[in-house]
Amino acid sequence: MAQPRGRQTWLFERVYLLSSAAVVGPKEGEGPLRDDFDAIFPTSYADQSNWEKAEQKFLREACDRALEKSGIQKEEVGLFVAGDLMNQITTSSLIARALSLPYLGIFSACATAGEALAVGALAVDGGHASAVLVGTASHNATAERQYRYPTEYGAQKPDTAPCTVSGGGAALLARRPGGERPRIRISSATIGKVVDFGAKNPLDMAEAMAPAAADTLEAHFADTGTGPEDYDLIVTGDLGIYGMSLLRDWIRRRGIDLGDRYGDCGAMIFSREQTEVFNGGSGTACCAVVTFGPLVRRLRRGELRKILVAATGALHSTVSVQQGESIPAVCHAVVLEREEG
Amino acid sequence: MTAHSADDRKAQQEYRLLVREKRPPKPVIRNAVRAFWVGGLVCDLGQWIQGLYMRWGGFDREAAANPTVATLILLAVLLTGFGVYDRLAQWAGAGLAVPVTGFANAMSSSAIEARSEGLVLGVGGTMFKMAGPVIVFGVVAAFFVALVRTLLVRLSG
Repeated sequence: MAQPRGRQTWLFERVYLLSSAAVVGPKEGEGPLRDDFDAIFPTSYADQSNWEKAEQKFLREACDRALEKSGIQKEEVGLFVAGDLMNQITTSSLIARALSLPYLGIFSACATAGEALAVGALAVDGGHASAVLVGTASHNATAERQYRYPTEYGAQKPDTAPCTVSGGGAALLARRPGGERPRIRISSATIGKVVDFGAKNPLDMAEAMAPAAADTLEAHFADTGTGPEDYDLIVTGDLGIYGMSLLRDWIRRRGIDLGDRYGDCGAMIFSREQTEVFNGGSGTACCAVVTFGPLVRRLRRGELRKILVAATGALHSTVSVQQGESIPAVCHAVVLEREEG
Repeated sequence: MTAHSADDRKAQQEYRLLVREKRPPKPVIRNAVRAFWVGGLVCDLGQWIQGLYMRWGGFDREAAANPTVATLILLAVLLTGFGVYDRLAQWAGAGLAVPVTGFANAMSSSAIEARSEGLVLGVGGTMFKMAGPVIVFGVVAAFFVALVRTLLVRLSG
């Protein structure tokens, strides 16, 4: 059973990440992490008739591949936890319809991967489901259309703007070890509070999210009695290049030095030479594909032993921004560790 | 804002200063220079097209304006459809947003985007989403300018 620790953290007794899969679009497939994704779609339409369908395809493909690798039959999965960026999280719900599994739809914007892992692990550790499938997907063009402008509209973006990642990530959690080896455990999760420092610019989400990341990391270290030195890698979801330096400085002022073990999924997924990357990757898929692809593979290869994934999300809508509300942000952190033997 | 206490407010203030120091600077001068010469080039192109219509199309100066604008719009719509306009505009900024080509891009990009939602409520209903404000405030501004002009003419007798 999961044990509460401190104010915001749950410690899990037995939750294994049996398998995971990450599929991405062409731009992500040209980035520096391309060798550690399960599939790269050659076009952003992914053979579908529109971008919304392509986003659904990403999620479905990731779920199918994670299931296949785990060796678990779909019928054994007791719960599907998923979320995305679309209004009413239609991408997740349409895939849940196709999978025909008991389903909890969640929303934490780009921190969805963190929330999904925490909720999934909670259900597994509590014995409520022997296996849980978690997943999320986003698409550059669907996010542009919903949150910003039509994709072909010629608006000049500033260097603080994010580039939404096209892709999908999924993972299978279970109480009983199995699937891919060596084993990876989810040992704890820290649930973030919504933090708002008054940032109002939706083309600079790093500014809004960095204080939320600092808040959750601080709570995680305090609750678990650990420090940055206890992890081989600490990654935030999508603060990007400039957000990384913001968080690093801000959290140092509170007495925590992240040092050189700190990275950001959005800064890792694209290289700066790629066109129109701006501040780096973002979107629900950003943290998910980097974690479920490259990071999990590095854990299995033994290059990393214990990592802290702090998924960051900006919880605004276009309406809330136009009505003058500042951008609320949240960060959910999860610890993944390799089990030897 | 969610500052609950004086401490929160102090932290927010301190954070804002940090953001100001860290945020990548906006290249205002670079953007202005690019906008200036690209915008100028678009106008130049317009002049050139107008010249062609006057020379070979048998239009006089005033009548040539309409086919000139139509040609520029056609070019912008084609570039939008081929997915080139937004790339150029990212580089040129206001230089491609302010001329009539920017207006054509706003309408055609919205139309393309909404195609999957159907012709009537999708394309028809969304086409003016970006361009709508330009038309609304253009008409409103024209009304007031005309009003002022009429009053001035009346008053000066």
